[in-house]
Amino acid sequence: MSKTELISVSLTLNGEHRSIEIAPQERLLDTLRYRLGLTGSKEGCGEGECGACTVYIDGLPANACLVLTVQVRGRALETIESVQVDDLGSMHVSGATQCGACTPGVVMTACWIKRHPELAKTHTLRELMAGNLCRCTGYDGIIEGIAGTDCAS
Amino acid sequence: MRRLEGISKLSGRERYVDDLPCDGALWGMTVRSPSPRGRIRSIEFGPGVEWSQFVVVDHRDIPGPNEVFLIERDQPVLASDYVRHMHEPILLIAHEDRAMCRAAVKQIRIIIDEQPAALDYRVLPASDQVQRGQDNVLKTLKIEKGDVEHALAEAAHVVEGVYETGAQEHIYIENQGMLAWVEQGVVVTQGSMQCPYYVVNALKHALARDESQVRVIQAPTGGGFGGKEDYPSHLALHAALLALKANRPVKMIYDRSEDMAATTKRHPAQVRHRTGFDASGKLVAQAIDVVMDGGAYVTLSPVVLSRGIIHAAGPYACDNVRIAGRAMLTNAVPFGAFRGFGAPQTLFALERHMDVCAETLGIDPIDLRRMNLIRDGQETATGQVINDGADRERVLDLATKHIELPERREQHATFNITHPFLRRGIGLAMFFHGAGFTGSGEVALQSRVRVAGLKDGRIEVLASSTEMGQGTLTVFTKIAAERLGIDPSQVLIATPDTARVPNSGPTVASRTSMVVGRLVERACDALLEQAGLSRDARGERVQQAIRAWHVAHPNAQLSSEATYERPPGVQWDDNTYRGDAYGTYAWAAYAAEVEVDLRTFTARVIDFVAVQDVGKVLHETLARGQIQGGVVQAIGWALLEECVWERGGMKNCQLTNYIIPTSDDVPPIRVYWMQTPYAHGAQGAKGIGELPMDGPGPAIANAIANAIGVEANVLPLTPERLMQMMDGAHV
Ligand code: FES
Ligand code: FES
Repeated sequence: MSKTELISVSLTLNGEHRSIEIAPQERLLDTLRYRLGLTGSKEGCGEGECGACTVYIDGLPANACLVLTVQVRGRALETIESVQVDDLGSMHVSGATQCGACTPGVVMTACWIKRHPELAKTHTLRELMAGNLCRCTGYDGIIEGIAGTDCAS
Repeated sequence: MRRLEGISKLSGRERYVDDLPCDGALWGMTVRSPSPRGRIRSIEFGPGVEWSQFVVVDHRDIPGPNEVFLIERDQPVLASDYVRHMHEPILLIAHEDRAMCRAAVKQIRIIIDEQPAALDYRVLPASDQVQRGQDNVLKTLKIEKGDVEHALAEAAHVVEGVYETGAQEHIYIENQGMLAWVEQGVVVTQGSMQCPYYVVNALKHALARDESQVRVIQAPTGGGFGGKEDYPSHLALHAALLALKANRPVKMIYDRSEDMAATTKRHPAQVRHRTGFDASGKLVAQAIDVVMDGGAYVTLSPVVLSRGIIHAAGPYACDNVRIAGRAMLTNAVPFGAFRGFGAPQTLFALERHMDVCAETLGIDPIDLRRMNLIRDGQETATGQVINDGADRERVLDLATKHIELPERREQHATFNITHPFLRRGIGLAMFFHGAGFTGSGEVALQSRVRVAGLKDGRIEVLASSTEMGQGTLTVFTKIAAERLGIDPSQVLIATPDTARVPNSGPTVASRTSMVVGRLVERACDALLEQAGLSRDARGERVQQAIRAWHVAHPNAQLSSEATYERPPGVQWDDNTYRGDAYGTYAWAAYAAEVEVDLRTFTARVIDFVAVQDVGKVLHETLARGQIQGGVVQAIGWALLEECVWERGGMKNCQLTNYIIPTSDDVPPIRVYWMQTPYAHGAQGAKGIGELPMDGPGPAIANAIANAIGVEANVLPLTPERLMQMMDGAHV
């Protein structure tokens, strides 16, 4: 048992081209949090259940705990750090966050729903948000907040 | 006013313990017992690991007594030669590489000579399972009023029932975590926690240090619900022991499965009711037996049992009451604090039983409750005279009104005979929740709050009460700003760092706004006097006076403290369990409408109404969030969340197979307030955080019983359990 050799991976991170050294078996969530200091994405379960680690890969939401960093080689990655604070007003007013542990993931999913208004024709907000567990709010504050959010960018 | 740290949380900028930079830190991990009970024969360090690169700590590295300081001191920090439950910590290891540390844990084998484990709290232990006293009883408590046996013998009707509730895992979304380091001889721990001074006491005791040699800092905490009441003491001790031995900072962050396996859960409970009524339906006798599973160590079980039995007879007037409570030692992972603290278990039994009684007596369940509701001037089971002016009947009426009880009952009658596979029903629960510590608890705590006037005229509130999502920062800011008539932006709340803040008691028991918030008000009043102002001074005058004070007293600090004082007239006797169990109670009536799918045996809540009198509501959005979040957590406990046990350990330690509600599993929770002010709470507030955990369980069970006619007397009512219940039930 010894430390593994690092490999180099290039990707676009929040609009910026980056080249990073990672371990081959490293999870994207750990690369973000521990190598790049982007600690906004949270680990709630480590197995794709809670959504606290939600990021976008090429514009699609993904659980960063289930993705190896090598898999995003050459792709465009967006994290909570790319979200504009000004866009969060209605979620702030509605009480969408309490402890905040689920919140970055909730906001990422919320913003993605807002980027895709066509989804509202086929799904309810409650269905669309079902991949993000929150233990504090009971979801009403989140659902109300999304209904009023403007985080399309 | 909006949540103070709201934008920081929404934008992902808030730094929780695992987000804090910690240069040169080692990762710490725990090696745990593979067995529920037995003697440790040997510990084998496997081949293929460079053990010399690891820091390894065992019980011999503990400088003081090997005890976690709490109510009793029966729980070791690290097992030395004997284990009493699965996952009990035995060794700690640390390494700078997290993956290598994780792999090394798996290479350590603990060999146990097993002994028979006691795994069912409901039955008395066999002789070879006895580990405490004659019978493994951890604690018994009794409440007695009038002559129950005589009243039962004379009663027109006697109704019996047995009710059971399962364990529940907190699932705060941020797992437990702690950092520890040593700074100029002081052991510092920083992490996710509710009660910094509990951690101080634990560190002082087991590390044999005085208070000046330990310091505890709360990091922003991603949910607690009671799960971070006592457990962080363990984690802080573990991290500190490793840091002391390694002479480097150590970071311990549990992953979800370790957190679920090793930390506390809600106590499973079984409650028996024998209830006497007169011919008109008036309660004449309540005989209640409460048994709880305490798990392998005492931890907080005596106080959970205490709150459980005090709430067991409910918000009803009855002259003859006997409540016997018993917490059992088993070889399960210890159970602990969880929102509600014993009351949800006993109130589930009571309020489900009231529906069973109503059916037996042929009285409408709402009428039976109304008829027996405690009225001002009447007494609770402990003999506490209720005289708070709250209109409990109206609370009940509002719940039935908002859920449209008569109309929906009629609609359901038609729906249930016409729909091929869905059945609807409606259920209600009436309940109360005592706010603050039980009995003489608040007096014993002697909580303190300090308020400082800063040079620039701003105010700083120093308290050890923690923000864990419930809104402490915002509520304290609002209380101080309104007390002094200044803008909220002029109020700072100090980080709970025991090097700076006084001990305001633990952040538990729905006490923060009501009890500690009141201390904030009193400390503000004292500050005015300190600054040479009258108590009614407000606004810019106050800030000017503070600035002027600093000019007149260069290099001095302007601050004042308030210490808890028992409200006049409150009496409690710990020996007889008679008197004023709580300073005040919140009152509530919750109503649930459910739909059961006969194809899948799945029950869904389709509408939910929560009506409560919690005194003055200090911040509507935050208060509503507490109720909605608590109701949904309780819906999980009622319908979805099942801890599956294997040898006293939880088998389903994953969010994949321990299911909590998603947004799509619950309806909007409709919240309604009544606001009868409480004279001794901040601005007239009562406690609120735990209340919403009490009512949904029985309301939902009653609704399911109403929909499909099963005896829904056990929680959780998972599809599997409903299927079993429906075998033989008439649908
Ligand atoms: S941490 Fe990735 S889904 Fe939970
Ligand atoms: S705000 Fe705490 S888990 Fe969602």
